[in-house]
Amino acid sequence: MEENQKFTFSVYTENNIGILNRLSAIFLKRHISIESLTVSKSEIENVHRFTFVVNISETQARKLIGQLEKQIEVIRAFYHTEDEIIYQEVALFKISTEHLYDEQIQEKFKFRRAQIITITERYFVIEASGTKEDIDNMYDKLKPFGLLQFVRSGRIAITRPKMAISELLQEIN
Amino acid sequence: MKTLNKEAENLVTDKTVKITGAEAVIKCLLEEDANLAYGYPGGAIMPVYDEIYKYQEKFHHVLTRHEQGAAHAAQGFARVTGRPGIVFATSGPGATNLVTGIADAQIDSTPLVCITGQVGSHLLGSDAFQETDIIGISTPVTKWNYQITKASEIPEVFAKAFYIAKSGRPGPVLIDITKDAQFGELDFNYSKCEKIRSYKAIPEFDSEKIKEAASIINNAKKPFIVWGQGVIIGAAEQEFKNFIEKTDIPSASTALGLSALETKHPLHVGMVGMHGNYAPNVLTNECDVLIAIGMRFDDRVTGNLDTYAKQAKVIHFDIDPAEIDKNVKTDVAVLGDVKQTLAKIMQYVDKANHKNWMAEFDKLYEIEKDKVIDNQLNPTKEGLTMGEVLGGINKETNGDAVIVSDVGQHQMFACRYADFIKTRSSVTSGGLGTMGFALPASIGAKMGVPEREVIAVIGDGGYQMTCNELGTVLQTKAAVKIVVLNNNYLGMVRQWQELFFDKRYASTEMVSPDFVKLAGAYDIKAQRVSKREDLEGAIKTMISSKESYFLEVVIEQEDNVFPMIPTGASVSDIRLS
Repeated sequence: MEENQKFTFSVYTENNIGILNRLSAIFLKRHISIESLTVSKSEIENVHRFTFVVNISETQARKLIGQLEKQIEVIRAFYHTEDEIIYQEVALFKISTEHLYDEQIQEKFKFRRAQIITITERYFVIEASGTKEDIDNMYDKLKPFGLLQFVRSGRIAITRPKMAISELLQEIN
Repeated sequence: MKTLNKEAENLVTDKTVKITGAEAVIKCLLEEDANLAYGYPGGAIMPVYDEIYKYQEKFHHVLTRHEQGAAHAAQGFARVTGRPGIVFATSGPGATNLVTGIADAQIDSTPLVCITGQVGSHLLGSDAFQETDIIGISTPVTKWNYQITKASEIPEVFAKAFYIAKSGRPGPVLIDITKDAQFGELDFNYSKCEKIRSYKAIPEFDSEKIKEAASIINNAKKPFIVWGQGVIIGAAEQEFKNFIEKTDIPSASTALGLSALETKHPLHVGMVGMHGNYAPNVLTNECDVLIAIGMRFDDRVTGNLDTYAKQAKVIHFDIDPAEIDKNVKTDVAVLGDVKQTLAKIMQYVDKANHKNWMAEFDKLYEIEKDKVIDNQLNPTKEGLTMGEVLGGINKETNGDAVIVSDVGQHQMFACRYADFIKTRSSVTSGGLGTMGFALPASIGAKMGVPEREVIAVIGDGGYQMTCNELGTVLQTKAAVKIVVLNNNYLGMVRQWQELFFDKRYASTEMVSPDFVKLAGAYDIKAQRVSKREDLEGAIKTMISSKESYFLEVVIEQEDNVFPMIPTGASVSDIRLS
């Protein structure tokens, strides 16, 4: 039995209504849980990029690429292992201002990529970015101070090896 | 003078005529040479139906009795002609009633262009009367779908829809048009779609892969071919035949590949799969090279994958890259259009002779003939068998008929025993296994090839799922021949209950109406046969009828389909009884 591992999928698509449904339906049909999803513009004009994170076997990943690329409005799809990508998530923590000068909290968020982005009379907001584990870690540390709100983004990822983008551009134009 | 005329012409073509979206829909279909549609009107599609009325000289619409029937009729038309079937339905229930037919077309790669009406765009999302999210519902079962909210989008979207439905691996597309887009106006201008930047209809073939495949084939001692519907869809029947004849390789069909090669061809060794023939199933696990052509290794074909052709090198010809290694790991994948790849490989394969290997198929055929086939075709027991009905049909038609089968035991008998001499002659619901498919599909098939004999072979269960379409037969005078093999059971499920559930026949016994009277109510000539001596005459009467005809054959209740590969078993563990 092949072991499951985390894969990040980069799917380049046309920007049409309904494409998100079409792509997520492919995961749904195979009973695969999507751990994180981010949709944005890509480096190519008028081309969107979906970033999915899933925990599956490599065989499943390969088959999923086939099914994703088969969709009319998908231009190309790639899957990457963890060591092939540089990835980030962003999180926002809203905390009561009473803790702002708390030395403990100052200590806690001396985390490599965290900063206060807003301070008001009642609350302040910390923005942090990092891997899923970094954010989890930060969450655990800040939770005792009472989180008024907490939100995190899906994963965004850039690949270390070249993705066949030039080829993709050529195909498009 | 010439120049003046030219200018005048230009003036005419440049002058854009404003028409309504509804009219544009019909004009788009006519541009694509689609002048026949199946459907059912309703509130949200009424503007289009109004244009169907105005265009009735050029455009023909068949009113079915249910939208599911419209979808299946369009499938029947598409399967016998290779052209997309056109379907109309209204919003809400009209649209949802299409879903079974669309899903069937998707899994069996059948080109359909389905057009549904939708509530006005200002009402979208308001839970308006007969509003349903058909785009959301149909997404997983369509090759592509699109909602039009402006009349001006119509020509481009239709051109795209036809291109997508027909090209590459065909499939169903759905266009949902809001009512205001049907009423809205546009400057009509149509050009066919030839390219979509994000879609590659046919992967380019790799000559190296073809050479590699040829070298494996040339070194094979026991090569074996399994072909599927891809040979028919790719119109590659002749290329396929040339290839097998040169290489002398025994070849078996999937259920959907039937009729691509005439049944009596010496290299045709039958059908693979759960109820396929004995020899090709057993020898799948003895061949040294398995060549799959335009087929997708469905679980009903492979049985247990862990024991499927493990000893063989696998070569897979297919147009769809997602099918490669999906179920069976291949050694060489030859992507591309089989019409091209099979033509190309001819220059690299050697003329061969596999007489000894072929003899193994013959030997196993004799066993199957003795244990199964003879009992079906020439039974000595009192009750009629499904096999002998098919045998009788073969005798009358000489294999020159389109056999449209439904789903269940009778379907497997039709696939196993019907003779075919021409391609596109076997129409059945393979992947989805949709009971109720055959009657409406046969109506569409008859309209696709009116010069051919079209015979629907249906069980008593499936027949009652869509027998409302007798109304369509009555109204259109489609001369389909309907054979119901009646064993008063949901036979396939009953067979499984007998074999695997200790004969606990849960809800499989059927009490049915008088089918002959029912046909009579629709003004269709009909008869019931329950004795062997009456069968031949009844089939003759049916075939010689110029109009539609209904024949009910009362079948022995415990007639089972064998051979059979039980679920989860290996193809070589196929049972003969």
